Amino acid sequence: MAGISRADVAHVAHLARLSLTDEEIELFSSQLAKVLDHFEDVAALDTAGVAATAHPLPLRNVLRADEAGPCLDREEILAAAPAVEDGRFRVPRILGEAP
Amino acid sequence: MSPASTPSALEVAAAVRSGERTAVDVLESHLAVVARREPELHAFNLVTEEQARADAAAVDAAVAAGRDPGPLAGVPVALKDNLCTRGVATTCSSLILEGWRPPYDATVVRRVRAAGGVVIGKTNLDEFAMGSSTENSAFGPTRNPHDPSRVPGGSSGGSAAAVASGMATLGLGSDTGGSIRQPAALCGVVGVKPTYGLVSRYGLVAFASSLDQIGPFAGTVKDAALLLEVISGHDPADSTSIAAPPAPLLDAITTGVEGLRIGVIGELMDGVEPAAAAAVRAAAGALEDAGAKLGEASVPAAIYGLSAYYLIAPAEASSNLARYDGVRYGLRVTEGVEDVTSMFAATRAAGFGAEVKRRIMLGTYALSAGYYDAYYGKAQRVRTLIIRDFEEAYREFDVLISPTTPGPAFELGAKTADPLAMYMNDVCTIPSNLAGAPAMSVPWWTPGQDLPLGVQVLAPALGESVMFRVAAAVEAAAP
Repeated sequence: MAGISRADVAHVAHLARLSLTDEEIELFSSQLAKVLDHFEDVAALDTAGVAATAHPLPLRNVLRADEAGPCLDREEILAAAPAVEDGRFRVPRILGEAP
Repeated sequence: MSPASTPSALEVAAAVRSGERTAVDVLESHLAVVARREPELHAFNLVTEEQARADAAAVDAAVAAGRDPGPLAGVPVALKDNLCTRGVATTCSSLILEGWRPPYDATVVRRVRAAGGVVIGKTNLDEFAMGSSTENSAFGPTRNPHDPSRVPGGSSGGSAAAVASGMATLGLGSDTGGSIRQPAALCGVVGVKPTYGLVSRYGLVAFASSLDQIGPFAGTVKDAALLLEVISGHDPADSTSIAAPPAPLLDAITTGVEGLRIGVIGELMDGVEPAAAAAVRAAAGALEDAGAKLGEASVPAAIYGLSAYYLIAPAEASSNLARYDGVRYGLRVTEGVEDVTSMFAATRAAGFGAEVKRRIMLGTYALSAGYYDAYYGKAQRVRTLIIRDFEEAYREFDVLISPTTPGPAFELGAKTADPLAMYMNDVCTIPSNLAGAPAMSVPWWTPGQDLPLGVQVLAPALGESVMFRVAAAVEAAAP
């Protein structure tokens, strides 16, 4: 599993919504391979029957009473956005065709 | 310059509360240190002079009116720049958040202010807390106050340098894999990673949510206890916050270590520089002289901590950092953008630095179809093994000790080209994050050496009281 190809890196970059330059793809291919090599010690460990730990606390769902309380100010939040329109965040075209 | 040569937070607060000294006077003396040291060290992304002057004046007004400003009265506090401050830029040392002003204060910031603390500024960090040297900052590196050719450690290098240089009396950082303890060790100050859930993370910009924890930097163990007491406690705004009331620490410190069973973690003594191991041996000897029972402890799975961490933390980071998409705040790149997907990709490419991209790539890969079980799933099982090994060790010992780092501060640029070499800095600190348990670094200056090292004191979850008792004894014995 140690090998990670340029195509793998390009695919992962797309999944992560990162546009990488050719130089970055080249650099990350070799650097990620080296880091993944280091994981081989873990991959080789026998962990059969060992439960996974996702979180260090024995917490389950934490709920609060369903009561309305103060929340962040809408105008203040919208003022921080790069583009807004009619009280909403404005983004570039989402679907394949222009509206 | 040792921080012990400046008044402690306890001394400052006592003087301000009694009216012997004004908070404004305290602040001005620290701003004078900032003016002298900051141009060289670059510990701060922003010094909030005007707000600090107003806050200090308010503390003095309270004293004059006969009201108690609180246990941090007039104490200058530096905040890592990944802690949200209402209306004040919070950058995470990233271009993607440049210009963003949070609409709320982190819970710890509110608690510091409510206790009379004076926020002096926002400190530099490795971008989004990813790094061990504070070199991965979009705004340039921070330098070590004891030798400016060297790094202060990271990722909370700015807070560590601010406290070590006397620019601030106390600092707050965040520790995901050692980001408080490692810079504390490299800068010769005390740094604490509390039990996961002891301190509210509301308003801490998330890196790896199952590991992140906020904690104090201080010049002394007592000052660290003071700040931790102020920031601890349940917060309904953080669902991972522990509901139990925090144990008092300052009272516990004076108890001593007589009869405590203390183990030196063998696995973390192998592979560190001889000076780092020697410092721990010397501290262990001093603890034995003080009445503790010393032994060799074993946490066998700790050696897999580094690998497990560098799967789990990037995996969680790749998910947490998905929120930086140019839609709601921060940077948006519009040039050459055809649709929303290309806007996301172009914005993130321009806004994130190399290490953040590397971790997002690593995490996305570890979580992607076909690799999830082999990498992320495996790492989560190793996490269980580490927790079990600690439980086993704590049947025999009350507290464990180890080096905080494999060696002292290294030169700027020494490890930037080799990510794995940089990651190795965290080998002694990572196991506590994976276990959710507390650990702290106490400075140790070996006679004849120009740079400090750290002795790490580890305890089981919610074992802060006994951890601070041992830390105080290590501090008292330090050369």
